[in-house]
Amino acid sequence: MGEASAPPTGNLWYRIDHALRPWRRANPMARWLVIIGLLITGLFAFLALFPNLVAPYGESQYQYVVGGTEDPEDLDVRCGTEAECEQVPRRIEPSKGFPFGTTAARFDVFSRVVHGARVAFSIVLLSTALAMGIGVPLGLFSGYRGGKLDRVLVTLMDAVYVIPPLLLAIIVAFVLQAYFDPGLASAAVAVGVVYVPQYYRVIRNHTLSVKEEPFVEAARSMGAKPRTIITRYVFFNVVQSVPVIFTLNAADAVLTLAGLGFLGYGVPFPRAEWGLDVSQALSDVVSGFWWTAFFPGLATMLLVAGLTLVGEGLNDIVNPLLRVRGFRGRVARRALPAASGAAASEPGPAPSEGTDTSTPGGIR
Amino acid sequence: MTAAALPHHAAEDGTEIPPILEVRELSVAYGTYRGSLQAVDHVSFDLWPGESLGVVGESGCGKSSMGRGLLQLLPPGAAVGGSVNLDGEELIGVDRRRLRKARGEDIALVFQEPMTRLDPLMRVSDHFVEAIRAHRPRTSKQQARHLAREALAQMGIPPTRVDSYPHEFSGGMRQRIMLALGIVLSPKVIIADEPTTALDVIVEAQILDLLDRMRSDEQVGLLLITHNLGLVAETCDRVAVMYAGRIVEIGPVPEVFAHPEHPYTQGLLRSVISVDTTELSSIDGSPPDLVTPPPACRFAPRCPARFDACDEVDPVLASVGPSHEAACLLHPGSDALASTPVVRPSAGGAA
Repeated sequence: MGEASAPPTGNLWYRIDHALRPWRRANPMARWLVIIGLLITGLFAFLALFPNLVAPYGESQYQYVVGGTEDPEDLDVRCGTEAECEQVPRRIEPSKGFPFGTTAARFDVFSRVVHGARVAFSIVLLSTALAMGIGVPLGLFSGYRGGKLDRVLVTLMDAVYVIPPLLLAIIVAFVLQAYFDPGLASAAVAVGVVYVPQYYRVIRNHTLSVKEEPFVEAARSMGAKPRTIITRYVFFNVVQSVPVIFTLNAADAVLTLAGLGFLGYGVPFPRAEWGLDVSQALSDVVSGFWWTAFFPGLATMLLVAGLTLVGEGLNDIVNPLLRVRGFRGRVARRALPAASGAAASEPGPAPSEGTDTSTPGGIR
Repeated sequence: MTAAALPHHAAEDGTEIPPILEVRELSVAYGTYRGSLQAVDHVSFDLWPGESLGVVGESGCGKSSMGRGLLQLLPPGAAVGGSVNLDGEELIGVDRRRLRKARGEDIALVFQEPMTRLDPLMRVSDHFVEAIRAHRPRTSKQQARHLAREALAQMGIPPTRVDSYPHEFSGGMRQRIMLALGIVLSPKVIIADEPTTALDVIVEAQILDLLDRMRSDEQVGLLLITHNLGLVAETCDRVAVMYAGRIVEIGPVPEVFAHPEHPYTQGLLRSVISVDTTELSSIDGSPPDLVTPPPACRFAPRCPARFDACDEVDPVLASVGPSHEAACLLHPGSDALASTPVVRPSAGGAA
């Protein structure tokens, strides 16, 4: 009995292998979507984590010490006392020293884009965490309890959902401005509120169907408390849909944040934020200084594309109905030589061969 | 009810053993748009320790509703009335906490369709840990797993498989897991709601054998809900025949099967298909609409032996043999006005 009691930690590789099974069975197209998306997202994540490794200047740095790469913190002090400082030139087009050019405010566009990744990522993470933190428990509770409370919450969430996302974010940002100093946190709240109904609706509807599952009734017949049923039985059956919404929402959140910034309700000025940079560059565009708006815009687009690719790809992989096509094709191809070799003389059972051999192919 | 006729009712020294489960006037009603649907209508019976009582009847006769009603495990909008006395403790009307405690620990319910009764995302051992800890929060995980292994071993499932997921088991194994889950807290009564319906005959035989062993070894009372009369003949001591939410005949299995006294029981037994069957027999019609049931005898519209009084007098259970009762006007005493000592009021009236 003793050795049997050990939890199965030894077969960790098997478990990883098992967890990756949907990935291996997925449509190759879906896998490429995810790979490309992950590469793009990973690149921006790297920029967000280590902006100072890549960016030559700080996010709001307009002067630099000649011939030195000093700590930007005491830049003002040094430039004030010693005369070895030079200002970043205005509106230089992309060149060797300034690969993406510079702006009218003497900022290096490349550094702004790199630092902007950090702002984008932190807001996306904060806001989706907020949306999840409110939407998921509320959906679970409301779906499980049902009744009047459920009705009220559904109506409320639908009412919120009706408002266009950007408009809602602006309203929330506007309200928040009255009480708090604008900053990362208030921008994150403004963006996060938009996505609460999505999590709520998906989780609530899923909960409605899972709570009718026979195993939930079986748990009740064993004397499980409602809390146990929600947290142990319903939650894990419902939570699978969250990652896909998360990646899709994250892409949308980047856009909403940029929109907020563009309109001036996002992160306040000196911070490097792509939407803000594009709005700052509006007057440049007419004068022919294309680079000040182009690069922040490109960064926004790339990150949105990357996150969307991950989301769509994951959706294809997680959803077995979408997965099946790619799976069957591959197994049939793999099984075909073996089948035709074994039963070459017998044309009769050939059509069923593909389905039969799919079982061993699927297990390992 | 004359108890001495059956082995479970008396101890070896001759003293009478009280029943483990005393059900009196149990009613289950569902709210529908057309009005209240009385799925179980004033049902009374006793269950002794170590005894197995089969409940048979057509689909929709309230068998499963009764099983669930005993545990008050009903959908919102349903109501339970009457009295369920388990080993001296009344279960109807107790607070939810006590009821939760009774579920699983005192009465276990084993469902049909074992394929969907286990959470696909939880290991088998986790199911046991959850169930045990719900009742004994102090139990450590190790202890709970130990109990799980023991219960599973009893059901013939090797202890090496406790950490497998439900989908890695066959249907028969899953049903045995469900049974193991049912007995792990050593309940006093097991309600098995068609435990073998989805299983093949060999697994069915195994499951019934297990139920039988538990019953004799641990003196558990077993309520076997099924529509398979053969199953009842083989495994049960007594049988209750339900029709339209009521028990129409109850008695020892050999007695009821050899001399069915209620026309419905006779019809049911005639419909059983065996090797000798040359012509299929059935009861014409279907069970009545329980929102608006027939005014008197509920079986009257389908009854081959019906006479005038059947449309006016509602029959009650009356003794037709040693611990054998039937509710049919063909038998003296079923006329509620004539029968005096029966506690039951003429069913259908206010409880």
